[in-house]
Formats: sequence, C-alpha cells, structure tokens
Amino acid sequence: MSHSALLAKQPCIVGIGQTEFTKWGHILDRSEFQLAAQAVVSAAADAGLPCSEIDGFASYANDASEPSLMQIALGAKQVRFASMVWGGGGGGACAAVAHAAAAVTSGLANYAVAYRSLCQGQSFRYGQAHAWAPGKNFIHPFGLFSPPQMMALIVRRHMAEYGTLPEHLASVALACSANAGRNPNAVMRDRPLTLERYLASRMIADPLRLYDCCLESDGACAVLVTTYERACDLSGVAVPILAAGQGSEGGWGTGPLAGFNMPADVFCSGNAGTLARELYARAGITSADVNVAQFYDDFTGMVLMSLEDFGFCDRGEGGPFAASGQIAWPHGSLPINTSGGNLAEAYIHGFNLVLEAVRQMRGTSTSQVANAKICLATGGPAIGPTSALILGGA
Amino acid sequence: MAYFPSTFPAVAPTLDDRHFWELCAARRLCFQRCVNCKTFRHPPAPFCPRCQSLASDWVEAPTVATIFSFTVVYHPSHSDAISAVPYNVVLVEFESCSGVRLVSNVIDESVDALTVGARVELAWDAGTGGQWLPRFRLLRLKQT
Repeated sequence: MSHSALLAKQPCIVGIGQTEFTKWGHILDRSEFQLAAQAVVSAAADAGLPCSEIDGFASYANDASEPSLMQIALGAKQVRFASMVWGGGGGGACAAVAHAAAAVTSGLANYAVAYRSLCQGQSFRYGQAHAWAPGKNFIHPFGLFSPPQMMALIVRRHMAEYGTLPEHLASVALACSANAGRNPNAVMRDRPLTLERYLASRMIADPLRLYDCCLESDGACAVLVTTYERACDLSGVAVPILAAGQGSEGGWGTGPLAGFNMPADVFCSGNAGTLARELYARAGITSADVNVAQFYDDFTGMVLMSLEDFGFCDRGEGGPFAASGQIAWPHGSLPINTSGGNLAEAYIHGFNLVLEAVRQMRGTSTSQVANAKICLATGGPAIGPTSALILGGA
Repeated sequence: MAYFPSTFPAVAPTLDDRHFWELCAARRLCFQRCVNCKTFRHPPAPFCPRCQSLASDWVEAPTVATIFSFTVVYHPSHSDAISAVPYNVVLVEFESCSGVRLVSNVIDESVDALTVGARVELAWDAGTGGQWLPRFRLLRLKQT
C-alpha cells in the first residue's frame, strides 16, 4: 500500500463521550444500559456523526450493554462488527479500542464505538469475591478473594526484592489526587490527599492501604473510532491511534487470578513488558518520546511496575522514579493520570483513562501537559492479556 | 482448630484439578508433573506448558517450602471472612518442583512474624466440608 493509502486507513479517535461520575451505587435513576447509550451518543455528537451511522461495537469485561441493545437505542442502520474482549477486569480497556481500530482499518466497520458502563449498585462490585473466578479452588479456600488481596502479593514481593517503600506507593496516590483536584468531573475533586492521611489510612491488604486502592464508581465512557479519511469529513478533532494491542508474557496464564505461577523474572510486573516493546516498535517511537501517560491505576504499586514495563525506568526503580516527582504534573518528565485516574477521578474500569489520553492529545485536559505529542494509556496490569495504546497529537 | 470458619468457600473439584484434591484428602501434597519432560505445573492443567504432553503423574512435594510473598488481609471482601480478619495469605514456593508456587496460609502465627524468604513446613488443616487443605507453619531452626 502507498503511504497515502496507509494514512487514509490510519485509525483515529474522533469523538469522546461520558456521563457524570459518582461513587458506586449512587446512580439509581437510570440503568447501566442507559448510561452506556448516553456515553455513546455524546461521543457521536463530539465526532459530529449521526448515531445511525455507527456500525461497530467493542467492549470488555463482559459489559452488559450488548450491541443488539445498542443498535436499537442508537437507531444504528446495521451492526457489522461486535466484539467482546476476553479476560476479566480492566485488562481489556485498551484492547476494546484496539479491536475498534482493527475493525475500521480492515473495513469490518466504518464507525466503531468502544465503550464501558459500570453501575456497581445495579450489578456487582468488582472489589468483592465472585463465584466465576478462574482457578478459584486454589485461592478462595485460602482467603484470597479480591483484586487488592491478589495484587498485594505482587507488591509485597516488589518491596522485598527492590526495597520499594510505602512512601513510593504514596507518590502515585498523591499525583492522582492533585490531578483530580483540577478536574471538575472527578469524584475526589474536593478530597485532597496528603502523605499523612495516606499513611494513616487503614490497611486493606498489607501492604496496600485504602488510598492505594482505586475508587468504586458509577458512570460510562465511550470513544468513537474511524479511519483518518472518514475522520476528515467529520467535525470532531481526530486523534491518531499510533499503536494499540493486547499482550501477555510467556507463561503468565491466569497469573494472580489463580495460582501465581507466572515466571519468576516477570512476577513483579504488570505483564506488559513485551507488549510495551511491540507497541513502541509499531508506533516508531521509544519511551523517551512519550510526554504523558495514563496508567491503569487499580493499585498504586502496579503503577510503579507499569512504569518499569513501559521503559520509563529500570526494573525495580519504579518507586524511586515516582517519588522523585517525575510523574507529577506539571513539572515531572512524565505526568501520569492527569484526570485523577481510577484512584481519584473515577473507576470506569479504566476507560476514563482512554478519554483523558484523547484530551491530552487535543490539548483540552484540566492538567494539560504543554506541547504533548505522544500519550500512552494502559489497561489493567497483571491481567492476562493486558492491553495498551499510544496516541499521537491531534 | 481450623484457620478459617467452617462456612468458608469449599473446594469444588473440576475435571482438571480433582486428583490434586483427592490426594489432599489423603493428606498428601502432590504436584502434577509432565511424564515426558519432568516439568512441574500448578494449578493442575491437562497440558504440559513446556512440551504440551498430556501425560502426567503426581509427585509428592517436599514438606518444607519458602515464603515467596504474603499479605495480611484486614478488609474482608467475602461475607464469610468478616470474622476471620486479620488473616494472612502466603504464596509459598517449592524450589525443587520447578519453582511451583501455592497460595496458602501460615497457621498459629502472629501476622507480624511473616517475612519473604522465611521457611515454612506443611501442616494439614481442615477446610469446609472436611476437605484437608495444605497450610503451613513457620519453620523454627533448632538451636544447636
């Protein structure tokens, strides 16, 4: 294919939409499905596309708002692409966007929407035990039920191997909190965190304290994906998806969701080292080119390992790197989670991080990184497979 | 006394892991090993991850292992765990079995005593429904 033909097929995010974000259980007047449709409608409006033209649907984590329901809600003329990402939890956040991108580039769809809607008062809380957990025989009878407990085992090992400290974990929570304070949509916008409050917060699963853990929220987010050539006919500001995909290290398997028998050399990781190298190669960049990042922050310690996976520091150096101020807005070399992230904006299963990545590339973040040209976003770490994407400037 | 309340989730054996639990019921901790390439694997699975052989046997694990990581759970995320907190969860490693790791607990021990790298010794504990579960005690080196 010629260069211009390749450019024409370049996938872009051309619209973003969301509902309000609240603490979990607070949206009871509208269904989870209505929120999903609302987010999609606002993404289409942002793109300048009639909803009836949307012909592709992608989501993850067994989102309940199925394309068959969405088609009716949106008056979509046809459904040509419908994708649900395998693997539980937020690991599929960026994968849903990757699937939408692959659909429009290959011609399986013209306008694909990726979305996630979460009303944990109407369905269930992800922070609780669930009967469908894979390999549950090897964790539930031993009291290991929920994500913070599982990730605590990885973070504890990271501390033992590399000397990572509570103050290192705190630096992630503090950076997210400060960013949320500038974001009027953030659930925690009026609840600034201090190191003293962080250290005094109760233990959930040692070494993870309350403020090491993400929020539990209600809300919905959507992005509209199409090709560059189609985006040129729309009013929405198009942000190119330079690379997006899924990955899992050899031997990872179900990792912390079952027996924790992932290979020792990647045990203390977000399962994304190989994925990171692949995405950088496909985007034709290195970690040094990334100006801002939205790391899936289910737990602070996993963000430290994501910094390592994506090459911003050496293995084991995530703690000192974060605590040195490098991740803080506006002066750090790599401001992260500029909307407040899952820790302080809202937990929409990490899809709010994708929207914030788009805002950074459009120059519309409430914690805008000056002259940002490349933004990284990641899906839930340590999940198999996890996912990530790299956006370029609008 | 059992480490967890008798209402805790019971083991519900599957076609892939039932032999592991049958051996546990006889108070034998065994790991699945590939007959072809001798690689251990856990949790049990039909295929060897190294050579994809379907042939496996079950090999008695050493009674001593090492704490690879641990957590102490303070916030119960299961209704049956409310009366059990704080409790520990340890990840123990069996170096001589291809480094296989097992999620378990250290019984009869203050949560403050746990460290990564500590040696632990197998101690069978009653689980829900009378299923014996492999748990551990800290191994105290005898003074000489």
